[in-house]
Amino acid sequence: MATSFTRMMSGRNTAVVLASIGAGTLASGYLLSDSAAAAERKRAYPPSADFPDLRKHNNCMASALTPTIYAHLRDKTTPNNWTLDQCIQTGVDNPGHPFIKTVGMVAGDEESYEVFAELFDPVIKDRHNGYDPRTMKHPTDLDASKITSGMFDERYVLSSRVRTGRSIRGLSLPPACTRSERREVERVVVTALSGLKGDLAGRYYSLGEMSEREQQQLIDEHFLFDKPVSPLLTAAGMARDWPDARGIWHNNEKNFLIWINEEDHTRIISMEKGGNMKRVFERFCRGLKQVEQLIQERGWEFMWNERLGYILTCPSNLGTGLRAGVHIRLPFLSRDPRFKKILENLRLQKRGTGGVDTAATGDTFDISNLDRLGKSEVELVQLVVDGVNYLTECEKRLERGQDIKIPSPVPQFRK
Amino acid sequence: MPFGNTHNQLKMKFTPEQEYPDLSKHNNHMAKVLTPAMYERLRSKQTPSGFTLDDVIQTGVDNPGHPFIMTVGCVAGDEETYEVFKELLDPVIEDRHGGYKPTDKHKTDLNPDNLKGGDDLDPNYVLSSRVRTGRSIRGFCLPPHCSRGERRAVEKLSIEALASLSGDLKGKYYALKNMTDAEQQQLIDDHFLFDKPVSPLLLASGMARDWPDARGIWHNDNKTFLVWVNEEDHLRVISMQKGGNMKEVFNRFCTGLTKIESLFKDRGHAFMWNEHLGYVLTCPSNLGTGLRAGVHVKLPNMSKHAKFEEVLKRLRLQKRGTGGVDTAAVGGVFDISNADRLGFSEVELVQMVVDGIKLLIEMEKKLEKGQSIDDLMPCPEKL
Repeated sequence: MATSFTRMMSGRNTAVVLASIGAGTLASGYLLSDSAAAAERKRAYPPSADFPDLRKHNNCMASALTPTIYAHLRDKTTPNNWTLDQCIQTGVDNPGHPFIKTVGMVAGDEESYEVFAELFDPVIKDRHNGYDPRTMKHPTDLDASKITSGMFDERYVLSSRVRTGRSIRGLSLPPACTRSERREVERVVVTALSGLKGDLAGRYYSLGEMSEREQQQLIDEHFLFDKPVSPLLTAAGMARDWPDARGIWHNNEKNFLIWINEEDHTRIISMEKGGNMKRVFERFCRGLKQVEQLIQERGWEFMWNERLGYILTCPSNLGTGLRAGVHIRLPFLSRDPRFKKILENLRLQKRGTGGVDTAATGDTFDISNLDRLGKSEVELVQLVVDGVNYLTECEKRLERGQDIKIPSPVPQFRK
Repeated sequence: MPFGNTHNQLKMKFTPEQEYPDLSKHNNHMAKVLTPAMYERLRSKQTPSGFTLDDVIQTGVDNPGHPFIMTVGCVAGDEETYEVFKELLDPVIEDRHGGYKPTDKHKTDLNPDNLKGGDDLDPNYVLSSRVRTGRSIRGFCLPPHCSRGERRAVEKLSIEALASLSGDLKGKYYALKNMTDAEQQQLIDDHFLFDKPVSPLLLASGMARDWPDARGIWHNDNKTFLVWVNEEDHLRVISMQKGGNMKEVFNRFCTGLTKIESLFKDRGHAFMWNEHLGYVLTCPSNLGTGLRAGVHVKLPNMSKHAKFEEVLKRLRLQKRGTGGVDTAAVGGVFDISNADRLGFSEVELVQMVVDGIKLLIEMEKKLEKGQSIDDLMPCPEKL
């Protein structure tokens, strides 16, 4: 290839040299894992050339990433060959969110949290109120019998729900997984779920194969999840190959539901109308334990370690991955200027009843725990129970024209 | 996944059958051509910069079909993609570009003197005329795959080259991330500003990563010559003006392009081009000339005629809404342009548009008077 040789000789831009190398190896297109070309690229573009412009950004990743950290981590890969750039792409592409400070990075596999710890650790600390993965341990407790006062006043609480996520160890997470891995997750989980009995017995609806009628039914029941439209999720690559290997499983009683291959390998949801949070949580724990046992029988397990608890795609869901919440009517309290502070001190968060990206309509709010990591499942659910009871009390007092108090802040981590 | 796809090793742990995408509900060129056997043969390959088969086809897997057009369903990450994955791309190209064979040669002709007429399209019907194409800078990965460093390098080179343009081509660069509100509004009002892609066809291929880093718009002071940097291709070059003087538009287009090419060459960079595929661009649909010459034209009567589609087909023209490729027409005003890109030269394609629009306007006038257009019907195009 005389032309490319001439270019090489005139000592021009290395990138042109790369094209020449490429042109020379075109004929075979052989598999290169750590090729000369890849090495040349790294030389031609040092980390500083690739450092993202985060000046207009406001997410946890942008707050933590420095050129030094980027330079240390850019050329590393996890054993599955996942890179830092792939972890942070969603945070680069999405500078900020109107309602919440987003995390701005995701894991591609379990090892991401280790290999890129230099960035994940400060992000985790920022997001989880100072939780330090290097020194602290996360407690796991799924004993629902410990919950007290878990029955709410149904004149205010319309529904109760607990959700979490679980990842199957050994398979890449939704941003990174190949089609096979995603299909394997589906197979492993669906097989396990078919072993559930009694009030947990149910069936699976594959997103790609469901009939129109089934689809409508699931929409009416508010069970169906759609292809993600949030740019936070699509930029992370989670929506690839949709709807391949995605589906919804629910029990016949329609109060225990599992999403497969949406934002995590699995999302597990226990919910019912009314205020019996204790029963919701009891079913949640029972179902989770049984699913875990069923996958273990086949040689699989959930991703978990004592530093980070349950490993999920988004660092915001580490630890318990648990969001316990209610839909609650608070017409008086929501108009009280102290509402925000009360929620803050109770470590609760409000959302619209459409979920995280919505604003509240009318007087009905979705109220749930803010925290995920550093407190156990039981602790968090109890916190929600106590908090919602307090809010209900406030609402009743305001109805009667009585004054309310801002509670003292709930303590953070166990010392 | 984009840039430095180190991910291919992981997939090789699984069998081709396990990895093969479900294309049963798909209707795009990639889905028509790809087979499990082909997938098996190609999946272990990657280009020197690390672009793989799955990278090529991801947009086609994620987007089964489009309401108005048959989409391509694959993209290139670099110049070598078209070689390494020719087993897939050659039949896609053949299907998309009217039977263009792997052995065919493409002719490039950017001499505007070769265009006959075109300076007098009736401005009562033709609201505006426009010619666009794309160019890729050899040695850099394409938008689906480039790193931030590469994209910035493309921007830097483009700014330098464009800054050297003079005379009626002298202009200014507006980086997307630095423009003031006033500049932004002006560019919107001029219909110059391009936005972050929202089309899932583009998003799924990774072209919108790191937006708006290293993206920008350059235009001349007269606002008739415009260059987009790092949108769907490295460069999109556009010549446009109100009215029906397509000849002038094309003149400026050729002069500007030729000048830009020589400015890049002065800096040691050629455009990606070869004699089989012509100019190499991100989407296989834009190979060859990458040229879309078109007008916004009022055809309220013609567009309601039963034979409208047939006429366009015979003239080798395509209609779109005035918002561009993903829109429908509004108020009888259509964007009419050449359907072909590859296998015809730039002059030939613009000639087709000029001659075709003249005919369509004649037909429109006849229909206005309540007359028949049967004797004006063009012959079926022979290939």
